[in-house]
Amino acid sequence: MLGVAYTEGVFVFVTAAALILVGAIGVITVKNPVHAALSLIMTLFGVAVAFVAQSADFLAAVQIIVYAGAIVVLFLFVIMFLGVDRRDSVSVDPLVGQRAFAGAGVLITVAGLITLMARSHWVSGALSVSTKGHALATGSQNVKQLGTAIFTTYLFAFEATAALLIIAVVGAVMLARRDQVADPEEVDV
Amino acid sequence: MNVPAAWYLVLAAVLFGVGAFGFLTKRSALIMFMCVELMLNAVNLTFVTFARTLSDVGGQATVFFVMVVAAAEVTVGLGIVVAVFRRRSSTSVDELSEMKG
Repeated sequence: MLGVAYTEGVFVFVTAAALILVGAIGVITVKNPVHAALSLIMTLFGVAVAFVAQSADFLAAVQIIVYAGAIVVLFLFVIMFLGVDRRDSVSVDPLVGQRAFAGAGVLITVAGLITLMARSHWVSGALSVSTKGHALATGSQNVKQLGTAIFTTYLFAFEATAALLIIAVVGAVMLARRDQVADPEEVDV
Repeated sequence: MNVPAAWYLVLAAVLFGVGAFGFLTKRSALIMFMCVELMLNAVNLTFVTFARTLSDVGGQATVFFVMVVAAAEVTVGLGIVVAVFRRRSSTSVDELSEMKG
């Protein structure tokens, strides 16, 4: 069933899968939070490889810039800001059997997902709304097609994300700042 | 020639499972946030795979919005972690067992 034509795709898939799974397992096994953040970067790069392999070039670039470049740096900043990088927080298991129950639940969920995907026929033959029935573009045309879709079909959602980001930034500043009334000398400065 | 879409879907399901397991078993709020990111990435990978399978750029547009929401979620979430750490000197979620500040 696996012909010669698949060889390149298989190589890319195996590379992406190895990056993703090694990184993901690293996130949940290493003790040091800094190492967990670095493992998370590995997973994010693997997902970016999978994006490129499936002609989502723009999203792969955004994945690297936004996730690996901003979100993980934010994680590392908070880890070092709080000074929790040396503390071992996984020493005890307070709830009896929590890991066993979590593992069983996750196994059932993943098995159910795979069974559902194996038994369903999702190719309906319906035409795309966002691309007016055109095929998915590859390469540099992907940016044009995705941009056209976002700025026409999904314009309202795009504008809403602008408001969401402003609200998130203001909320984070309000949450993380110190109360200045505690020290009256700082107020005058 | 690309591999069948089912391969990527199974990979995404396994990645989601790893993230869910970490979220259910970890104590540190920071590691739990990282596990949420793993689950979000698994769903993003599924969206991109279906965008290729169905030849519909709407899946990729959805991933774009998921990334924006994830960035906002991490910003607010880490702000909450910093605020909690100031008060309790800990990021363990087991110690946050009461509503009273």
